[in-house]
Amino acid sequence: MTATTHRVWALGPDIDTDALAPGPYMKLGIDGIAPHCLEAVRPEFAAAVRPGDVIAAGPNFGIGSSREQAAAALVHLGVRAVIAPSFSGLFFRNAFNLGLLLLTCREAQRLTEGEQITLDLQALTVRAADGTVLPCEPIPAFLLDMVRAGGLMNQLRERLQSERAAAGAVS
Amino acid sequence: MTETEPRGAPAPQTLAQKLLARASGRAHVDVGEIVNCRVDLAMFHDSSGPRRLKPMLEDLGARIWDPERVVLVMDHYVPERDEDSRRIVRIAREWAAEQRLPHVYDSIGICHVVLPQQGHLRPGLFCVGGDSHSPTGGAFGAYMFGIGSTEMLGVVVTGEIWVRVPQTIRLWWDGRLAPGLTAKDMMLAMTGRFGMNGADYQAVEFCGPAVQALSMPERMTMSNMSAELGAQAGLIAPDETTRAWLRGVGVADEAIQTAGWHTDDGAACTTHRFDAAALAPQVALPHSPANARDVGQAAGTPVHVAYVGACTGAKLEDLRAAAQVLRGRRVAEGVQLMVAPASVRDQQEAEQEGVMGVLRAAGAQLLPTACGACSGYGGGIPEGANVIATTARNFKGRMGVATAQVYLASPYTVAASALRGRISDPREVMA
Repeated sequence: MTATTHRVWALGPDIDTDALAPGPYMKLGIDGIAPHCLEAVRPEFAAAVRPGDVIAAGPNFGIGSSREQAAAALVHLGVRAVIAPSFSGLFFRNAFNLGLLLLTCREAQRLTEGEQITLDLQALTVRAADGTVLPCEPIPAFLLDMVRAGGLMNQLRERLQSERAAAGAVS
Repeated sequence: MTETEPRGAPAPQTLAQKLLARASGRAHVDVGEIVNCRVDLAMFHDSSGPRRLKPMLEDLGARIWDPERVVLVMDHYVPERDEDSRRIVRIAREWAAEQRLPHVYDSIGICHVVLPQQGHLRPGLFCVGGDSHSPTGGAFGAYMFGIGSTEMLGVVVTGEIWVRVPQTIRLWWDGRLAPGLTAKDMMLAMTGRFGMNGADYQAVEFCGPAVQALSMPERMTMSNMSAELGAQAGLIAPDETTRAWLRGVGVADEAIQTAGWHTDDGAACTTHRFDAAALAPQVALPHSPANARDVGQAAGTPVHVAYVGACTGAKLEDLRAAAQVLRGRRVAEGVQLMVAPASVRDQQEAEQEGVMGVLRAAGAQLLPTACGACSGYGGGIPEGANVIATTARNFKGRMGVATAQVYLASPYTVAASALRGRISDPREVMA
C-alpha cells in the first residue's frame, strides 16, 4: 500500500455507535442504515461524503454498542479510514473485521474540515496539508492483513477454500 | 468443557491473565501479548445473531463449529411490533430449528440475565457475546466480552478468537453500602469518575469488602456496566456467594470451581479505592452515563416517565427495591411508571413475593420481559419527555426519541422520583 490522498471530515470527541448507526434504523439492512450515519451530529454527512474520504475525530470514537453496523455504515459510504486519538475497543475490533482502517493518532484533532491529507500505511503516518507529519500507533500485522483482505469474511472464505482444497488433495 | 484449577505459576498473575492462560492453553500469558483463545460459549440474540450470521454462513458454505456451545436468546425484537421485527424474529426461529440449536430461549428475558439463570455461566469459562453488555459474565468469574456479528461469524466457524491480554485495573470498594444504595450507584459513580472509555479496553476487576457483600444480581449489574467504562471485561473473583447462586439455578456443585480464580498478591495492576459508606445515590444526566452526579445535583427536575427495566435495572432485587419505596403509595400525578422485568423468572418470583402487586398498586404499567424501551426497540417514550430509568445507557435518542431527556439511576431513586414527580433522593422517602 503506497501513500494516498484523502479529504478530511473533522468531528468532535465521543462519537458513539448510536450516532453512527441510529437505533431506530437498526432493523434495516446496511443500505437503510448508512443514509442516517452521523445525522445527529452532521446531518449532511451521509449525502456529501465521497468514497476515499477520511474522518478525523476526537477521543473515544465508536463508544457504545457492539453493533458493527456503526463501522459497516462508514465502509458502505466509502470512508477509507478513521483517525482519532482513541477508539472504543469493541469498535476497533469491528472496524478491522469489516476492513475499515483505524489510525490511533494523538494529534488527530489538528486535522481540519476539508483538508487534503496523505496516508502512508508503510510508515503508519498521516501527513497534513501543511506538510506536518503526525505519527500513528503501530497496528499488529494480522490486523493490517485483515484490512488488505477487505475484512475477516474474505479471510474466512480463503481459509475455508484452502482447507477444502487440502482435504480434496488428500482424498 | 473442563475447567481445571489454574496451575501454580511462578509469577503472580491477575484473574484476567489466569482466565486467558486457560483459554489459550498456556501456563502463563503476559500483559500486552496477543493470544488465540478457544471459546467455551458463544451467546447472541435476535438482533446480532441469526439475521446477520445466517447469510454469512451460507455465503461461506460453513457450519457452526459446535452447536452445544452456542446460546441464542430472543430478547431485542420480541414481542414483535411491526413487519420488520416479525421478519427478524422469524429468521431467528427458523434458523434455530434448522440448525437444531440445543440452547434457545425465546421471549423469556434479556440475554445477560437469561444466560446465567439457565446455568450456562460458571467460573473459569471463556465466553463471547454478540452484545456490548456481555461483560456481565465476569460477575461469575468467567472472561466474557462483546463482539460484533462478523467477529461472531469467525467464532461460530472456527471456535476461536484473538485477545490482547489486558492490564488489570482493580476497583476496590471499602465499607458497606447504606440502605437505598445499589451496585448501579457504584457503577455510575465510577463511570462519572473515569469516563466512557476510561478503562481503555483493559480488564477491570471489582473487589473489596463492599463488592464481596453484593448479591449475584448486583454483581451482574457491575460487570454489565463495565462496558460503560470501556473495559473489555469486568471481573469479580468467584466465592461462596457465586457458588450458592449457581447451585440455586441448577449448576452441579462439582462443576463450580472457585479456588484459584483470583488475582494473586503482587500481580501487576493498578488499584483505585472507593468508600461505599460515603456514596450518595447517583444520577447520570443526559446524554451520557459519564454525566453522573450525586442525586442532590439533579433533585427537583420534573419527571414524566419512570422506567424500571433492563438487564441492569429490573432483576428481582431491583423490583424489590422499587417496591420498597412504593409500598402503599401511588406515583405522582402525570408520571408514567413503566416496569419491564428483566426475565420471566424474575417476574414470577416478584409476583410470588407480592412485589409485582405493590408496583401495580402504585400505578405501574407492566411491559414485556425484553430489552424494550432501554434501547429504543419498543415501549413508547413520548417526545420531549424527561425520563428517569434504571437502564445502563442514556445516549441521545437511545430510547427511541431524540427529544427525550434520559436520566440514569438506581431502582430506589427511580421509584422515589416517580413518587414525587421530580428527581428525588430515595433516602428522603424511605426514612
